[in-house]
Amino acid sequence: MGALADAVLLAAVAVGSVRSARAMLRASWPRRSPAAAILLWQSLGLAGGLAAVGALLAIGVSGPGTQLGVVGGLTELAERVASGQLLAPHQSPPLTVARLVFLTAGSALLTVLCWVLIMAFVEAVRARRRQRELLALLAHGDPKVPGALVIDYPTAAAYCLPGIRSQIVVSVGTLDLLGPAELTAVLAHERAHLRARHDLVLIPFTSLRRAFPMSAGVAEAHRTVALLVEMMADDRALRVRGLLARELATALVRFGTAGSDCAPAGALAVAEGEGELTARVRRLLTPPPPLSRTTQAAIVLVAALVVATPLLLFVAP
Amino acid sequence: MEVLWQTDSALTVRQVSNGLDQRELAHTTVMTVLDRLAKKGFARRERDGRAWRYRPAATREAYVAELMLTALDQTGDRVAALARFAQSVSGAEAEVLREALTGVEGHEDAVLDGNAVLDGNAGQEGDIGIGLWGHWPTRYC
Repeated sequence: MGALADAVLLAAVAVGSVRSARAMLRASWPRRSPAAAILLWQSLGLAGGLAAVGALLAIGVSGPGTQLGVVGGLTELAERVASGQLLAPHQSPPLTVARLVFLTAGSALLTVLCWVLIMAFVEAVRARRRQRELLALLAHGDPKVPGALVIDYPTAAAYCLPGIRSQIVVSVGTLDLLGPAELTAVLAHERAHLRARHDLVLIPFTSLRRAFPMSAGVAEAHRTVALLVEMMADDRALRVRGLLARELATALVRFGTAGSDCAPAGALAVAEGEGELTARVRRLLTPPPPLSRTTQAAIVLVAALVVATPLLLFVAP
Repeated sequence: MEVLWQTDSALTVRQVSNGLDQRELAHTTVMTVLDRLAKKGFARRERDGRAWRYRPAATREAYVAELMLTALDQTGDRVAALARFAQSVSGAEAEVLREALTGVEGHEDAVLDGNAVLDGNAGQEGDIGIGLWGHWPTRYC
């Protein structure tokens, strides 16, 4: 018993997280309450990572003659290192090559996951700083879009720059393309992203893509969560008084189809997620019924349990 | 930077000062700003006797392009910004989207007006009549 049993359970949690994630990719309920779905996604990601690392470390500290759990085993190992007795014979359990391999693997995985998360954050900050420099040089205001910056770019484009000094940026092409109600919709949508700090929500998933760039599953998960985030911003934007869902949908359609009759000059090539825009527009025009409050509460509870399980297994004896 | 972009030649601080709209800016202020721009890499400078002459490091269009390309990064990282409000879609999907939008409108017209969808153009602000779709190819190509 002890760490080895914990290892098996942790491995089960890891596998379970991956299976659940796959199921969520195919499910249709997330669109009904994107906020709850995103919470569950985040908990699955966190639990999966913790469990995978934990399973490897648990095997590394397991062995006959010990009843210590994962944390207990790691502490004991640390004590051995501190007292210089790591490789001394007659230790219980002895540090075999096999166990060393698992300990290294577990530590390596933990390091990689933390590293990509930090790097993703650092790069985002760096890129945003550059954006702000360029905007200071190039952007101006326009009464049609109060509070936003305008760039002299002929194609329709709009985005937001998150951070402490957040900005909404809109191209001149957008001002030509959309009417006043639609511009309000665009601003409301981007503002929703900024207020709810959706950039922080997405960063774990972008960092996972850096860690596992070849994995199609990770890419799909990232795309799905990004779409849910857009839907969340759509929902939040509609809370603006007087803004109709149809105005937002019109803005989206005009935006997305502006370049469809000719090749766009710049970077706005056909996006990777075909059908995502359609999904959003359809959802706005014929909104699916949101999940009941009870169901949403249940999902939150499940998310909490999902994260708590590997943590409990760490400290369990 | 605007002044620098307007000419092809390298300008001194005084020439930049003269070119600005706000003539009240102190000479030292202009000098400081140009110095900062040079340090950040937006302006290049060369010595001309005792003075510096400034020219832009790249054209305005180049910077706008850099701004838009990085902001609307298609790699899926979405590093800098929560990207584009909406992605561009292909012709087939565009048709589907337009139909979805006008389909809803047509239905609403029939319900509200009592007139048939023969009306075509709802005629209210913010609505898009079918006629508007036809403007796009000429305007945005």
